[in-house]
Amino acid sequence: MLLVRCPWCGTRDEIEFRYGGQAGLTYPVDPEELSDEEWADYLFMRDNPKGPFRERWFHTAGCRRWFNAIRDTATHRFVATYRLDEEPPT
Amino acid sequence: MTADVRARSPLADRVAELATIGGELVPFLAQVDLRVDPAYAGLAPYPLPLEPDTAVDDGRRAALWLGPDEWLILGPPGGGAEIVGELEGAFASIDRSVVDVSANRVAIELNGPGRFDLLAHLCPLDLDPRVWTARRCAQTLLGRAQVILQERTDATGILVRPSFTDYLVDLLLAVHGAVGGVGA
Amino acid sequence: MTGRRVDVGGAWIDRSRPIGFTFEGRELTGFEGDTLASALLANGVDVVCRSPILGRPRGIVSAGVEESSAFVQLSEPWFEPIVAVTMVNLVDGLVATGRPGVGVLPIDPLPTKPTVHRHAHVEFLVVGSGEGWHPTVGEAVQRGDRVLLVEREPRFAAASPDGVTVLTNATALGLYDDGYAVVDERGPERDTLWHVRAGRVILATGAHERPIAFADDDRPGVMLAGAVARYIRDFGVLPGQRAVIFTTNDSTREVAQTLTDAGAEIPFVADVRLGWAVAGTEGETHVEVVHLVGPQGERRAVEADLVAVSGGCNPAAQLFRAIGGGLRYDEPLATYVPDESGPDWLEVVGAAAGIGLPPCAAYWYTPAEDLSTHFVDLQRDQTVQDVLDAVGRGLRSVEHVKRATYIGTAIDQGRTSGVLTAEIVNAALGWELGAQGPTNARPPYVPVPFSVLAGMDRGPTLLDPKRTTPIHAAHVERGAVFENVGQWLRPRYFPEFEEDMESAVARECLALRTAAGVLDASTLGKIEVVGPDAAVFLDRMYTNRMSNLAVGSIRYGFMLGLDGMVFDDGVAMRLADDRYLVTTTTGGAAAVLDRFEEWLQTEWPELRVFCTSVTEQWAVVAVGGPGARDIVASLGTDVDLAAEALPWMTWRAGTVAGVPCRVCRVSFHGELSYELHVSSWHGRHVWDAVVAAGAVPYGTEAMHVLRAEKGYVIVGQETDGTVTPDDLGMGWIVNPAKGDFVGKRSLVRTDPLRMDRKQLVALLPHDPAALVVEGAQLVGSADLPKPPVPMLGHVTSSYRSTILGRTFALAMLKDGRAMHGGTVWAASNGATIACEVASAVVYDAEDRRRDG
Repeated sequence: MLLVRCPWCGTRDEIEFRYGGQAGLTYPVDPEELSDEEWADYLFMRDNPKGPFRERWFHTAGCRRWFNAIRDTATHRFVATYRLDEEPPT
Repeated sequence: MTADVRARSPLADRVAELATIGGELVPFLAQVDLRVDPAYAGLAPYPLPLEPDTAVDDGRRAALWLGPDEWLILGPPGGGAEIVGELEGAFASIDRSVVDVSANRVAIELNGPGRFDLLAHLCPLDLDPRVWTARRCAQTLLGRAQVILQERTDATGILVRPSFTDYLVDLLLAVHGAVGGVGA
Repeated sequence: MTGRRVDVGGAWIDRSRPIGFTFEGRELTGFEGDTLASALLANGVDVVCRSPILGRPRGIVSAGVEESSAFVQLSEPWFEPIVAVTMVNLVDGLVATGRPGVGVLPIDPLPTKPTVHRHAHVEFLVVGSGEGWHPTVGEAVQRGDRVLLVEREPRFAAASPDGVTVLTNATALGLYDDGYAVVDERGPERDTLWHVRAGRVILATGAHERPIAFADDDRPGVMLAGAVARYIRDFGVLPGQRAVIFTTNDSTREVAQTLTDAGAEIPFVADVRLGWAVAGTEGETHVEVVHLVGPQGERRAVEADLVAVSGGCNPAAQLFRAIGGGLRYDEPLATYVPDESGPDWLEVVGAAAGIGLPPCAAYWYTPAEDLSTHFVDLQRDQTVQDVLDAVGRGLRSVEHVKRATYIGTAIDQGRTSGVLTAEIVNAALGWELGAQGPTNARPPYVPVPFSVLAGMDRGPTLLDPKRTTPIHAAHVERGAVFENVGQWLRPRYFPEFEEDMESAVARECLALRTAAGVLDASTLGKIEVVGPDAAVFLDRMYTNRMSNLAVGSIRYGFMLGLDGMVFDDGVAMRLADDRYLVTTTTGGAAAVLDRFEEWLQTEWPELRVFCTSVTEQWAVVAVGGPGARDIVASLGTDVDLAAEALPWMTWRAGTVAGVPCRVCRVSFHGELSYELHVSSWHGRHVWDAVVAAGAVPYGTEAMHVLRAEKGYVIVGQETDGTVTPDDLGMGWIVNPAKGDFVGKRSLVRTDPLRMDRKQLVALLPHDPAALVVEGAQLVGSADLPKPPVPMLGHVTSSYRSTILGRTFALAMLKDGRAMHGGTVWAASNGATIACEVASAVVYDAEDRRRDG
């Protein structure tokens, strides 16, 4: 049961959140311009690093805000959480 | 407010059971969901808390922080339309959403110093008085029910969806039955 | 002679409070404070059970959680399928019988002790009452930190320190991320499972003595030396009269003193550091003779009834290891101690860290020709020979040896066998001491019943909350039979006069199509979408255009996933230029609201729109049928219900039955229909009025039939996440002139454009009374060829239609629209049913009935 630091509510139990997958995938400006391969890449392909990973999380049972996180996929530990409009901490 | 004889509050038939655990139903509490950019919060006719998970309560109106751009405004039973009116008026020229949600949640008050022990059996939040002070509120879980808790010095307010009320009361009774004494 | 109670010692027992218990049918007595183990020893019981595989007599080996030999089943005053006798606190009326190997559950469920779960937040959690935490905890208490100490035994080792909350009979089952600990506090009346979130955790769990292996080392009377001393000191029980001590270290000096003070004799001390060892034991069911071997190989036999063995001490580091901490071999101590790894919030102190343990010779078993009774893991009946055999077969890793021999997999989790096995393997491979350590540790630290983990989450109301509408009590009063729809409990049908479901549904459907029916549709998800960009936002989320919907109008739409597959459906009602009420499926409400927020917050924060859930703000009473207008009018209303004033897919606000109401002309069954949206406080009042006016209540089963007759899909029934709007014959719902919306790009990927996709059709069985099975596969012939049978599709819904007087089904069939008029066979239970393929709308295809 991870402790997750929501940038607004502070630390709460993992059960209050929903994992949102990889962060930084921006919806393409003009999907019509993309080939099927490029579109499938956006739809289905995700990075899978062992180590720090930029993720999105949703505080579903709390303030219902989406936020970003950097989390180590090998140790499960959160390195940082930050708001969508903030820069990731160095 | 004149009594609305056609209105029924959820939990009206479980008031006696609630009393055994130090709980009280607050029927028809007025509740309005306000969503507006926090930069304009100062335009409200009463203070809106900007600090997460806090509430401002002057006895007539309570404003609970639900999110950076969302508040739940509470008022006396039947006062939903009045609250909607005063908020629509205050934010007339601003992008906002003002929705009467008075029937969307049921209000229960838990009384007595034993209530924190009871809540600790159901709620993962830290409810120690050093952090859970009289101005605190939070969206969280009681068992499997999503709720809003608001601390009020001598009572803790619980707001829960009507469809979950039977489950929540059954759960409170079951835990209370197993561990005993609330409100002592 | 075997064990007996003595006058010395007994710090934990109260000799003035006798307790009666039964073991193997014998009525015995102990004292309050005894464990079942100490009470059995006091009564001279030596054989507790038989070993699981070889059936050898087994007695008590230890005084704690490391017990690997003596197991019982309890039947009174509560049932426990299998438990070590050292782990049972003696209570009046306890009934126990020896239990070898595996516990057995009774056929009929037995009542279990109630368990509650409780959360606790502390700055410090101390596990165990071993040494080493006092300074840290003292400072913490000074600072006002919250400190919780949990001790597995009934007593705390020292005086309870001030300012610290102490739980006894409380076992930490495991440590998890970020200082999360689960603690099982066992009480006489109930158990409490604590969920502790600690800032820092200190492990003071002490150390467990380990044995040395020798021939017939499993004979009752062979015990761990420290346990022998403990039985005397804490329980006033002398486990034997003449003891041989077998040791690798100095800790047994104190044991010897304790034995002598209690009146026992010590005929021999076999110290491996002086070259002496115990080679084996003899005796019927109990040790009677101990065979010794000396440094020059000389042999000696000694009469004794007790062998007190100390092979060394292993730090109890299981909780540390299970959260990722590692071990390193300590040469002087001849054991494994926690290394510097593990989470930064966790500290190991005292004996658990290896501090204060006696220096020890590294000695694992007495060498011999025959190693086949040198038991290493008593609970698995595995010997030194079994370990060597595994290595001989080519296994090198202790993890593999564990799986091959099962050593370490029993209830004691290898506490006495782990280090022994690892070092036997290391030596057999010619590797150095400590080359590989004992196999990994996993939670729970001790066995825990499922009923404890379940806590209050059990039973019809608490395991899985059943959500109910404000009208629920009326359904119960009416005798409705309910079904689970997602988290909700909804009336499935309303049987009258002992009708079965088929009759009730037939009656309800007929009433709706020929007179008037009423459905509680309050469970529908509802979301208010408000703001200048509300229209733009909904255009992007739905397949159709919502921005050109007039105020007062309603439009049915689909939401797709990014992959172009149908995700949810619902109607949007335009309340004002900048305000919509959107409905969703009952099960999809939360998912749709979450997805709205996801797109708004993460992709389009510039859009000026807010969403608010109002699912339970509104009750929905859906009145339908040719008589619906009359029914609603009879309630009293200021809304003009005529078809011209209130056309299909429009709504008006007004008063109905004396309460504010939105009257919506929406129909899910094709008949004239008025959905009455009222405050959920008024739901019951309006429902009662409608029923009193003569509308027949109908449930979800009838609703399913009625919508299927019109070919209306149910998301999640006809769709399964792989179905596009065109597959359903609903290509019209995708507005081609609109800009981008979620899923649009995916509709022109090659897969959605395939020619042989499954498409929605109706199936009319050639035999109009034959009911096809939902989920049946569709095949191309009456007789099934040999597998693999080509499958053409599947049946998604199947019903008896009262209005048509025949059965019909909806199905997804490859190239279905081109197959109209053809025949397919629905296969299930070894038989096939021939069906004509038809358009999905089997009733009122021209929609003539919807205006009444």
